[in-house]
Amino acid sequence: MSVHTNSPELKDKAVYGVIAEFDRPEDLVAAGHRIHHHHGYKKLDALTPFPIHGIDDAIGVPRSILGYIVFAGGLFGLLNAIFMVWYTNGYDYPLVIGGKPLFAWEFSIPPMFELTVLFSAFAAVFGMFALNGLPRFYHPVFLVKGSERATDDRFLLVVEASDPKFDINGTPRLLDELGALRTEVVAK
Amino acid sequence: MADLAVIQDPHVSPVLVEGNPSLHKLTADVAQIVEGMNRKTPIQWYMALAMTGGLTLVLFGMLGYLVMTGIGVWGNNQPVGWAWDITNFVFWIGIGHAGTLISAILFLFRQKWRTSINRFAEAMTLFAVACALIYPLFHTGRPWRAAYWLLPLPNTHLGVWPNFRSPLVWDVFAVSTYATVSALFWYVGLIPDLATMRDRAKGLAQKIYGALSLGWRGSARHWRNYEMAYLILAGVSTPLVLSVHSVVSFDFATSVLPGWHTTIFPPYFVAGAIFSGFAMVVTLMVIARWAFQIEHLVTIKHLENMNKIMLATGTIVGYAYATEFFIAWYSGNPYERFVFINRAFGPYAWAYWTMISCNVISPQFFWFKKLRTSVPFMFVLSIFVNIGMWFERFVIIATSLHRDFLPSSWGYFTPTIIDILTFLGTFGLFLTLFLFFVRFLPMIAVSEVKGMVANQAMHHAVHGTAHGPDTHSPTPGMQPVTGGSHR
Repeated sequence: MSVHTNSPELKDKAVYGVIAEFDRPEDLVAAGHRIHHHHGYKKLDALTPFPIHGIDDAIGVPRSILGYIVFAGGLFGLLNAIFMVWYTNGYDYPLVIGGKPLFAWEFSIPPMFELTVLFSAFAAVFGMFALNGLPRFYHPVFLVKGSERATDDRFLLVVEASDPKFDINGTPRLLDELGALRTEVVAK
Repeated sequence: MADLAVIQDPHVSPVLVEGNPSLHKLTADVAQIVEGMNRKTPIQWYMALAMTGGLTLVLFGMLGYLVMTGIGVWGNNQPVGWAWDITNFVFWIGIGHAGTLISAILFLFRQKWRTSINRFAEAMTLFAVACALIYPLFHTGRPWRAAYWLLPLPNTHLGVWPNFRSPLVWDVFAVSTYATVSALFWYVGLIPDLATMRDRAKGLAQKIYGALSLGWRGSARHWRNYEMAYLILAGVSTPLVLSVHSVVSFDFATSVLPGWHTTIFPPYFVAGAIFSGFAMVVTLMVIARWAFQIEHLVTIKHLENMNKIMLATGTIVGYAYATEFFIAWYSGNPYERFVFINRAFGPYAWAYWTMISCNVISPQFFWFKKLRTSVPFMFVLSIFVNIGMWFERFVIIATSLHRDFLPSSWGYFTPTIIDILTFLGTFGLFLTLFLFFVRFLPMIAVSEVKGMVANQAMHHAVHGTAHGPDTHSPTPGMQPVTGGSHR
């Protein structure tokens, strides 16, 4: 076992959590599953170079609510387009062109469709950033030596200190037992 | 979305990554291209940049000359009021369609082979759309005022709004939405790879990649929203890409001009756009995979699949040409008949038969496996397709216009030197942007490729090789996924 703290005087309150390193995604999922479902930890996260499926169920990450945000964004775009075409061509400055009606849904379909797509896309991207709290240029895990490999070929399991079951000595030991290659206590 | 995951059968899966590299090797293979082939940019890159940069300066010179002088410097005039400007606009927009097809439609169809080429093709989309946008913008003559003419902006110097009954305004909305959504999709896909670049870089490069990656750290809670965002973007981009070339075709189809006024245009234009776009991806990819030694990531299988799509869409395009002729005859409309006979046998017959040879005949060689897996052959053929698809737009536009209803209004369009140099210049801009892209950004979506490789390995580990595709993972809570896709 290799509990390694950054500094021996780390107090519990200054601790962000513990990270455990794995080199295979299936080990990460198995360890996450055990620590969440068998040992009852809840404040868990995983840092991985690509999405690992099954990790959400294993460590209890809820389903994304982004779809609702995008629906609202798309609806906003649609209503915007209808209003824009009606207001500009049908109300504010009516011009009869080619004997066509001043406003009709048929010729409004292209702008309606395009603005629905445009605002759905904005909602998807900026909604995702908002839900993820990005941009965020500082995070305790960035200070961990080796965390940079979470974007390369390592799979990290994070147990946050705010978890009621967290124990500065017991948690790293448990992670070691679950097959971690290495564990490290992370300062806040 | 994990329930949508399809387990890949190792026996039928094509070779998408050769040589069984480790995850770290995959990261390094892609990142080292950006890091300058072991920190040194190859001299060939500078030589290529000098050439394409020179052409870009030619473009800027020509556009400057146009703005100073007027749009009369282009050859279009009555009766051919639309000529190379719209030809080139449609040509470039069409090129972009392959990028979105690969990134969105193949994603929804769970085509794993898209992973190695999607970033590259999406970049191509963005740069092609940038080249396309030059034409309508500069055809206004005063591009700094174009925003007031194209977009519904409140203004005092016109006092009126754009006319939403016009397909040209629809086009503004379609193309600008397409450009914006393509850029968002591309950037979202880049974020995890930018974080990888940040974690490998030092000094200033680390700060730049760090800022661009927004502090991405690969958290499972983030991946959850990220995958949903990616899926939704693919979902909205799929109808979007089909709508863009449909709306472009409305520019022609809603007019009452023989040769343009036809309901076949939207699907015919979309198929042609995908056809030309894949040809351009193959042209560029053949060079890039050789120049950057990524033949193990972009394998012959990827190229073959793209050639198959070219065969399919090229055949659809050929079928559309035949249908147009049939309908011209069947309509009984003498003007419609005249336009099509004139198209094939009139003064622009040389352009028409160039188009037929390049677009209809040449892709038929891809029926033969030996030819569609031959890199030199596909390179030459993809260039033929690019030429053919440019001629298709030229033929549709010029031949329908140059002989008006009255023979006294007949004419023949010849491009000016400004037309020609402007078009060459757009290639300069396109390739310059591409050179910057391959030099500074990871050209392969490495997180997606790693996901695909790791999930394949996981599948092997869990099932061995003797099982079929219908076996399920016994590990609780764990579902192998097909890679390639953030789901």
